[in-house]
This record gives sequence, structure tokens and C-alpha cells, in this order.
Amino acid sequence: MSIIKSLYRDKVGMVMLTLLTLMAVIIPACNQVFPEGHTFHISTFTMTLLGKYLCYALLALSVDLVWGYLGILSLGHGAFFGLGGYAMGMYLMRQIGDRGVYGNPLLPDFMVFLNWQELPWFWHGFNWFAFAMLMVMLAPAALAFIFGWFAFKSRVTGVYLSIITQAMTYALLLAFFRNEMGFGGNNGLTDFKDILGFSLQNDATKAGLFMASAIALILGYISCRYITQSKLGRVCTAIRDQESRVRFLGYRVEHAKLFIFTFSAVLAGIAGALYVPQVGIINPTEFSPLNSIEIVIWVAVGGRATLYGAVAGALVVNYAKSYLTAAFPDAWLFGLGALFILVTLFLPQGISGGITALFKKKEAR
Amino acid sequence: MMATLESMHPVFSRNEVFEFLKPEVPPSLDLDRGVILYLEGISVSFDGFKAINDLNLYIDDGELRCIIGPNGAGKTTMMDIITGKTTPDTGSAWFGQNINLLKLDEPEIAAAGIGRKFQKPTVFENHTTYENLELAMAGNKGIMATLGAKLSSEQQDRIAEALMLIGLVEQAKIQAGALSHGQKQWLEIGMLLMQNPKLVLIDEPVAGMTHQEMDRTAELLHNLAGEHSVVVVEHDMDFIRSIAQKVTVLHQGSVLAEGNMDDIQNNQKVIEVYLGG
Ligand SMILES: Nc1ncnc2c1ncn2[C@@H]1O[C@H](COP(=O)(O)OP(=O)(O)OP(=O)(O)O)[C@@H](O)[C@H]1O
Ligand SMILES: [Mg+2]
Repeated sequence: MSIIKSLYRDKVGMVMLTLLTLMAVIIPACNQVFPEGHTFHISTFTMTLLGKYLCYALLALSVDLVWGYLGILSLGHGAFFGLGGYAMGMYLMRQIGDRGVYGNPLLPDFMVFLNWQELPWFWHGFNWFAFAMLMVMLAPAALAFIFGWFAFKSRVTGVYLSIITQAMTYALLLAFFRNEMGFGGNNGLTDFKDILGFSLQNDATKAGLFMASAIALILGYISCRYITQSKLGRVCTAIRDQESRVRFLGYRVEHAKLFIFTFSAVLAGIAGALYVPQVGIINPTEFSPLNSIEIVIWVAVGGRATLYGAVAGALVVNYAKSYLTAAFPDAWLFGLGALFILVTLFLPQGISGGITALFKKKEAR
Repeated sequence: MMATLESMHPVFSRNEVFEFLKPEVPPSLDLDRGVILYLEGISVSFDGFKAINDLNLYIDDGELRCIIGPNGAGKTTMMDIITGKTTPDTGSAWFGQNINLLKLDEPEIAAAGIGRKFQKPTVFENHTTYENLELAMAGNKGIMATLGAKLSSEQQDRIAEALMLIGLVEQAKIQAGALSHGQKQWLEIGMLLMQNPKLVLIDEPVAGMTHQEMDRTAELLHNLAGEHSVVVVEHDMDFIRSIAQKVTVLHQGSVLAEGNMDDIQNNQKVIEVYLGG
């Protein structure tokens, strides 16, 4: 009931959810129903690219939840995305079975290559989809919980907190680069064959993954909206604005932070898990500090603390990035930089803030 | 075998609540002796500077106490100690007979029944007046309870009542950041009311207020006293005269004098500190 109520007042959000729902149906349909060459056909390449953007949008949503509403500028959300991605990657690796280059029924290729004799303990269970999906959520949640437990209890805030989130993802980057870690070293996990028995080369499977990404984004948006519209959401924005005052009102600030931070990590993990089968690889570069900073840029461009702004920002920036890398391979980084500077200069509230201001102007007239 | 099982029983029993899971609810307040706050032998120093020096202070249940003292006397620091923001180097602080304040942190102290208004008005500027009161309202402040919280009609009535009392009914839906300075101070007092604490600490409520606003504030504080014990820190002598029953003068971190307003004004030591210092 209250979920519906929380959406009811969110006009822009409703428009966005409607668009996403239409996308979830129409794009896979156009890809599957209309043959190649038909005016309405949407290529598998385009669909998968869009699917990737949707995963990024879910990731941006998770960052907006902690940054926009709680004031925690996380520069390490790539870590949660990466862990979710690795959990999915491990499932996909186990699905390969004896179809690998070395034909070992139990060990993934990279382990055979390293001369390992048996599966490391932490790879057990990943042959089951349900277990892997549980890990997609539990692994990022555990990291976020432990990290948050120490950081929030000792009341680390502001820039210091941002720096240690960055250190966290950097530490994972270094760790996952090592072959001994058992996650494929710098090559990561790749050469996936199928998911739940459906071939990943198949367009229909890709359409399914696209649909799953859109649904995950829709559900992610609704749950974030529910949280931010609840009293807990108001406590969070109060923490963002006046942390110590909230304590004197009797709220356990670190518990609220821990809850939101962990929930956000789970969203990021799910985004990573949906991303991996669509791009076909997961490797340690997902943990690189730059990736995490990019997410923050998407949210800043889209506009903080609106949720739909984060989604819009992720889509716009990534579309621009894809376009610019193709059109101006040498200059795209400058283009991206210019976009960021222009937005901060002329739209300090991001795209969403600009649109709201425009609406207000119209109403005033 | 059975014996082992038998001995395990309490562990597996469904209504067993493990020690570490028990919420640390402070025991309910014991006011048998009629004293709500004891501060004894408290000292704090910041980098060698003694901000509070062997401070002794007792507040009676239901009392309205004013605390005055020159700038830097340690008034705000004293409130920081009572509310758990600052830990003293020595001394003891008890709330009633049975709650040791030095063992609790800020939310626990707030939950035990001590509310505080800060020297600088600190309301949540991006929240409406109404939401500020809602956030301050007494009740279960756990995460899950807060996530699913809905205002009962009784709670709505309480907020409406507080809005009336602080005179901000028309500003209910306005963001608190847009309120005037005086209105923010009242909103903070309203938030204290919503918290329904036993002991209220108020730091400089009328700084920067017009005379009319001051009168209104004095009225509000009188409304608070009786049901709650109130400690007010203030510089403005006129204001103190208008509300004071008992006054404590703080100087260099300890009590210089205590008594009613007339005694204090004729006290030689106080005159020296205020006029000679
Ligand atoms: N956290 C701190 N670190 C260092 N010194 C502090 C700290 N807090 C307070 N002090 C010092 O302790 C002394 C007492 O400060 P306090 O704020 O309690 O005074 P006050 O009586 O409230 O004064 P005012 O009337 O100006 O509000 C001051 O000299 C102040 O500089
Ligand atoms: Mg002070």
C-alpha cells in the first residue's frame, strides 16, 4: 500500500517507470519478432548495449541512495558491482563444464593452466544457480556490512570516508589481479557458454537478459523510492544535513548508515551480476578506482537525491561515452570532461534539477 | 544424552533472547530522592586547558534552573557532558539515582529522557516544520520500525498540539530553512516537547531575539517546567529575571554562586566576575 503511495507523488519517476516497462517489452520484441533488415528490427548489438546501460543505471541508483540521501560519497561502489559480477561469473564458469579448452569437467581452464588439482573451497556451490544468486547479494552485503561496521562505528565521515571507500576497491583490485586468489587473475572469468541451460550466443537469451535488467532496475527504483519516502528516508536526509543532531534525538545513526549502505551494496551487486553475462567477461578492472569515480559522475550529471536523476545520468553519460568513443576516438575523454564541467557550471542540480526548474518556470508563467 | 539436551534447552528455546541481542535499554528512571541530575567532581580539560573544574551541580525534579556565566565559563561543555558528547576526565554524572550517564552514548541518553536544544539553532533545514517535529517524536527509533513507521492519529494530534504551542501552525508545510531565527528557536523547543524528555537542557534560547519574541519564549519555557525539569543557559539578564527561580553562576568551569536572582545580583564575587573581569 505504502509502496504505491510513495510512487503516486513521484510524477517524473512514474514516467520513467512507464518508459522502462515499455522498453522491457518492446525492445526484446523488436529484436525477436522482426527479421533483420526490417524497419522495426533492433539489432542484438544495440539491445545488449542498452542492457549494459540499464545495469549501470541500477548501479548509479545504488550510489545515489548513499550519496544523495545519506551524504556518503562512496568512491568504492565498483567493488560491490565487481563482487556481484564475480559471483555470477563463477556460476557461468561452472556451467562450462568439460567444454573448456582443456576439457576438465570440474576445473575451469585457468585453474588447469595453473596446474591446480582441485577446486578451491570457495568455488563449491557455484554450480547451483540459486546459490550463486544468493552470493551475488551476500558477498557485496558482507563487504559493505563489515566495512560500514568499522567505518561508521568509529564515526569516519566526509572526505576521509570517501578515501577509505576508494582504498577498499583498490585493495580488491590488487587482490583479484593475483592468480593465487583463484579468480582468474588479470584475465578474469570469460568464455562463458550458457546460463540456466540457455546458450549465451543465442539472441533470445540476450533478449531475456535485457528484460531481466530492465525489471531489476524497475524493482530497484521502487524499493529505493519506498525507502527514501519512509520515515527512515527522512532520518537519512537529516543525517546527511545534521548528523550529530540526529543522535541527540535518539536515533542510532550508525545503524541507519549500515542498513542503507548494505542495501545499496546489494543493489550494486545485482547490477554487476546482470552486467557480466551481457558483456561476457568480468575481470579485476571493474575494481579500478576510476570506475567507481565514473559512477559518481553519472549521478552528479543526472542530479543527486532524486533517484530518477541517477538513472538518467547513467544513461546519458554512457550513451555519450559510446557515441564519442566511436566518433572521436582520440578526443572522447575531453568530451566527457567537458560534459561534466558544463553540467556542474550550468546545471548544479544535474539534469533532473534543470528539468524541475524548467517546469517551475512554465507553471509560474 | 538426555541430560546434555536438557542443558542445551535454554539455548534452543524459542523465546531465549541472547545477552548480546538484548537492546541496551537503560533502566527506568528512579527519582525517589527528588533529584533528577547529579554532577559531582566533574573536570574536563582540552589540551591542558581546564574547561570544567571540579563542578558540582544538582537539579531537582520539576525545577526550572537558570545557569549564567561569562563567555567560556564552560556552560556548553557542561551540556556536552550531560548528553554524552564529551567524556569528562574525572567525576560522576547520574540521571536520577540509577542511571550512570557516563556509561551511555548520545542516543541512549536521549532515549533515557534527556533532550537538548543547542546554542545555535539546529533544525533540519531541508525538512518541513512538520517533519522536524515528526522526527523528534518519542517512540521506537529502531531502523525497521522507522522504515515502516506510519503516523497514528494520536501522533498527528500530538504534532498538531506542538505546532499550536510553538505558534507555527501556518508554517507546518514550510521548509524549516525558510523560518526566521526566532521561529527556528521555537521549532527546536517544539522538537524537545515531542521528545517528551524528563530533563530538558536549553542553551541560549533568546540570543538574537526581539523583546516580543523573548516574552513568547519565556512563556514556552514556563509551559515546559513542572512536567519536565528544565536547565536554561542564558546571558540575557532581563530574560533570566523574567523566568528564574534558582540561578547558578558558573565561572572558569566551576560553580561560583547559587541562589535566587536577588542574592546573585548582590553577591560580591559575582559582581567582580561580571563587572571587574
Ligand atoms: N572541543 C573543544 N576543544 C577545545 N576547547 C574547547 C572545546 N570545547 C570548548 N572548549 C573551550 O572550553 C571553554 C568553555 O567553552 P564553553 O563553550 O563550554 O563555554 P560557554 O560557557 O558555553 O561560553 P559561551 O557563553 O560563549 O557560549 C572555552 O574556552 C572553549 O574555548
Ligand atoms: Mg556556550
